[in-house]
Amino acid sequence: MQDIIRQLEQKRQAARLGGGQRRIDAQHAKGKLTARERLELLLDAHSFEEWDMLVEHRCHDFNMQQTHIPGDGVVTGYGTINGRLVFVYSQDFTVFGGALSEAHAEKICKLMDQAMKVGAPIIGLNDSGGARIQEGVASLGGYADVFQRNVLASGVVPQLSLVMGPCAGGAVYSPAITDFTFMVKDSAYMFVTGPEVVKTVTHEEVSAEQLGGARTHTSVSGVADLAFENDIEALISLRHFINFLPANNRERAPRWPTDDTADRQDLALDTLVPEDPNKPYDMHEAILKIADEGAFFELQVNYAKNIIIGFIRIEGTTVGVVANQPMVLAGCLDIDASRKAARFIRFCDAFNISLLTLVDVPGFMPGTAQEYGGIIKHGAKLLYAYAECTVPKITLITRKAYGGAYDVMSSKHLRGDVNLAWPSAEIAVMGPKGAVEIIFRKDLHDQAKIASHTEEYKAKFANPFIASERGYIDDVILPHNTRQRVARSLAMLRNKSLENPWRKHGNIPL
Amino acid sequence: MVFNKILVANRGEIACRIFSTAKRLGIATVAVFSDADRHARHVGMADESVNLGGQSSAESYLVIEKILHACRQTGADAVHPGYGFLSENAEFRAALDTAGLVFVGPALHAIKSMGDKITSKLIAKKAGVNTIPGYTDVVVDADHAVAVSAEIGYPVMIKASAGGGGKGMRVAWDEAACREGFQRATNEARASFGDDRVFIEKFIQEPRHIEIQVMADTHGNVLYLGERECSIQRRHQKVIEEAPSPFLDEATRRAMGEQSCALARAVGYQSAGTVEFIADAERNFYFLEMNTRLQVEHPVTECVTGFDLVEWMIIIASGGCLPVNQDAVVLKGWALEARVYAEDPLRNFMPSTGRLVGYCEPEGEGVRVDSGVIEGGEVSIYYDPMIAKVITYGADRGEAVERMSTALDGYYIRGVNHNISFLSALMGHPRFIAGRLTTNFIADEYADGFNAAHVSTEDSLVMVAVVAALHHRKMARAALLSGQLEGREYSPPSDWMVLLGAQSFSVQMHSDTSGVRVLLANDEWLVETKWRLGEPLVKAKVNGRDVILQVESNEITFCLRYRGTELEARVLSPRAAELSVHLLHKEPVDMSKFLISPMPGLLVSLSVEAGASVKKGQELAVVEAMKMENSLYAADDGTILMLSATVGDTLAVDQVILEFE
Repeated sequence: MQDIIRQLEQKRQAARLGGGQRRIDAQHAKGKLTARERLELLLDAHSFEEWDMLVEHRCHDFNMQQTHIPGDGVVTGYGTINGRLVFVYSQDFTVFGGALSEAHAEKICKLMDQAMKVGAPIIGLNDSGGARIQEGVASLGGYADVFQRNVLASGVVPQLSLVMGPCAGGAVYSPAITDFTFMVKDSAYMFVTGPEVVKTVTHEEVSAEQLGGARTHTSVSGVADLAFENDIEALISLRHFINFLPANNRERAPRWPTDDTADRQDLALDTLVPEDPNKPYDMHEAILKIADEGAFFELQVNYAKNIIIGFIRIEGTTVGVVANQPMVLAGCLDIDASRKAARFIRFCDAFNISLLTLVDVPGFMPGTAQEYGGIIKHGAKLLYAYAECTVPKITLITRKAYGGAYDVMSSKHLRGDVNLAWPSAEIAVMGPKGAVEIIFRKDLHDQAKIASHTEEYKAKFANPFIASERGYIDDVILPHNTRQRVARSLAMLRNKSLENPWRKHGNIPL
Repeated sequence: MVFNKILVANRGEIACRIFSTAKRLGIATVAVFSDADRHARHVGMADESVNLGGQSSAESYLVIEKILHACRQTGADAVHPGYGFLSENAEFRAALDTAGLVFVGPALHAIKSMGDKITSKLIAKKAGVNTIPGYTDVVVDADHAVAVSAEIGYPVMIKASAGGGGKGMRVAWDEAACREGFQRATNEARASFGDDRVFIEKFIQEPRHIEIQVMADTHGNVLYLGERECSIQRRHQKVIEEAPSPFLDEATRRAMGEQSCALARAVGYQSAGTVEFIADAERNFYFLEMNTRLQVEHPVTECVTGFDLVEWMIIIASGGCLPVNQDAVVLKGWALEARVYAEDPLRNFMPSTGRLVGYCEPEGEGVRVDSGVIEGGEVSIYYDPMIAKVITYGADRGEAVERMSTALDGYYIRGVNHNISFLSALMGHPRFIAGRLTTNFIADEYADGFNAAHVSTEDSLVMVAVVAALHHRKMARAALLSGQLEGREYSPPSDWMVLLGAQSFSVQMHSDTSGVRVLLANDEWLVETKWRLGEPLVKAKVNGRDVILQVESNEITFCLRYRGTELEARVLSPRAAELSVHLLHKEPVDMSKFLISPMPGLLVSLSVEAGASVKKGQELAVVEAMKMENSLYAADDGTILMLSATVGDTLAVDQVILEFE
């Protein structure tokens, strides 16, 4: 027995040391923390309960039987963040470059299965060179086993990926399926094929950073939601982020007490929308002034900036925000913006997070680039997401709500629960100039007539009245009361219950 | 009898200032506004308002006919011009006379004679006022300027005849600078005043700007209300003013006051006026000019005399007598005024414009804020960048300074860059505290610009203690999050590391009924505060001492402003702090290879071409913003790789103008 305990201690020691001090030093020299150090910072102190520390690979090819490191390149288990249960895996780059073996995959699958049973989020800290090539198809099978679980867990428990090192080839598809992907700048990269293969196949010369670094994926591809400066910032931010999410799809969105009163008025909002309808303003200000304590956790900050998504709290409870941004492309909906918002809306819907939609949208982006790129289908994703959504939906039109984009942006017709408008709202098929040029085509040569038609059109449609006469808008509110009105509406909707018809699943236009 | 309705032909803080006195006196008020000022504070404050149309002041506040029309439209029987705009415009004064409207200010003759710097000097000399050696006639061209300067002796000052506010003024230390300065002063004078005449005078070294407030009625009574020292200036724009001056003795004060009254009598002055002097180290003083209007800095005089100068102006304009005589003018206590400008001290004070996303003025004993803005208002490119004036009053200079520091700490402005940190730093500057001022104070003490990262040990400990307490509050709240594992709820640790700028401090926090106790640097710091999460202002007692800090925090950082310091703080667990040694230090992107526009503006000139080699300090480009020409200089020797902008371009802030090799 003593001997067993001694052996156990030795094995644990070996597991803790991972690939050895030399490799740990190399990891540190790259500005990266080790798998275990990362868990220490992510989880509440002393809360981590590790599983499968002694798992080893079963490969006998290419002399792999010579090298066994307990844990096999991934640290798995559960712990708490702010007292709330989470399941985690943290890939250890010091052990076989974090390469995924069959056993490594089994460890991940085990914790995912358990997380599903108890209904707790799954967090992956990715730092892996890829498949364990020596194991061949067994490694590939391991990936697929993880993917399958990612898919089954989707919409059941929140899944988060924090990419803190390489994540290449098949490995990228796990973060791709998870709900949110974060990356660490300069040390993380993700791509399906690396720079060498790219060069061979397409003769493009591109660095790993340019091809799949954090900046690329948070501003060009939209694959990742946020990029952080370093491991420590990333882990601390993740701790804060998870505070917004419920543990699973049956739990209410989390809540905490706040000092910020629900009836706080903000007079500055009365002047946020400029008189000139073509002058932009920063929608962030409206979000920050509506939110508890002026706090907004924005996602995909640098991607499709014409739409803003992220989490705020109202009276202490998480609310998802989707807002057009007039500062960028006048707030037009395009392919990227539609996809960005649609996926976020579906996350909120899956996890009982109420949605607040702020609308200032002149329409969908015109042009061949958009049409050839399939704006019809991609725009439909946003429409679909809003329409199928059953969580409380509050919509506020701050200025323009034109054309099909009006319908899409959580309109009354798509089961918006509370649809509000500021006095500056203009709800119409299109802007005055375009409309007049179509309706009064015969008068186009006569500037004076066109001007008078434009005035007439403005008087009729450049206001929230027609929509409110029809009940498409529940009320026109003064901007300084927005927080109060939103908070009341959310309180009223707290026990909203709405179910979509039974089906195997809908067929969102992918 | 006092009139019924007063129109203020001005905007911003001074319009608001005048309205408040008028309201107190029961006089109806009329505001005028440009299109750009539609939502401005002064418009909301008046009983009635008239839109002048236009955006720039040339299209609105400076159009005499529009002002007259507004008077007719509203039935206003008097006009207060404020300062700037039409306040010293003789044509305006005459037009009001013709229209039978009362001008709240001096008579036409005084405006005319004092408005011209050359005429005013001649009159002053004749009235027995000390004047500076110089050539008081118009300088015709650059050659003439050089000849005149040689006669006076360098250094010389080239000034616009119609000037004021630092516009159209250039100092020349040699012939080359004299030629360039003449050209610049002429150009600026033409652009700003529509009058390109300039003159030249001796430039006085170690000068102090001290001015005398005079008041005269239409019955021949003239008195002076002591002095104001306005030596703290940046590029001839006043930044800090105070009354009294820490420099004057009673004899000099009386001499200056009596000469000022003599001048006022000489021009038949009536209403409020200011006689500006320059004083040298020996307390010699020379007449600079007389401003025939209410000065921006009049509140400091109001504080130390207890009189309302606007009220007096109204009484005088309506034919009344000055309510007191000279013997009743007693200076009591000390007052300071700090001008809050929308300009960025960290970017060489470049003007900043935009929406006031957040705005909250300080309050407190002995604190007065004269402002013309509201939260959600716009600081536009069309007008002066001064947002407000903070005036503090105390029994002595020390108390006034301390109150100013506290008031500035509590002045919250977001959306536009502003100079509050710089003002705070001035309040803490030993030379300022000692009262050793000259008009070169800022140029001397901040020769390399202003750095808000400088912090004293004591201030940094206060900041750390407060950050620790706030972090403690945040953690305590996070511990109340729903959905925690029962029996395993989060209990925040008490040991943390606070990183402030480049320093790190180990802290231990505990809270009890009196507040948060922070163990820091072997001392216990008690932080008592009613701060609510998310509030940008933290009012706290730190070890019994009242402090105000401004804090913006996100998941990772606390951005702090306190006593002229702007610093970022982070609170890490001791383990995270320990592990942070492994993080790589990332160099920020090197922007030194680019000349970037420090503000939005118009590219007026480019002095170099691609391929040119330039010397450190050489002028590369001139950007015009807010009617000021701002020269951009080479930070180092180098060669120009390419020009990225062309003359006439409208530049955004940070836009690249040219690239070095």
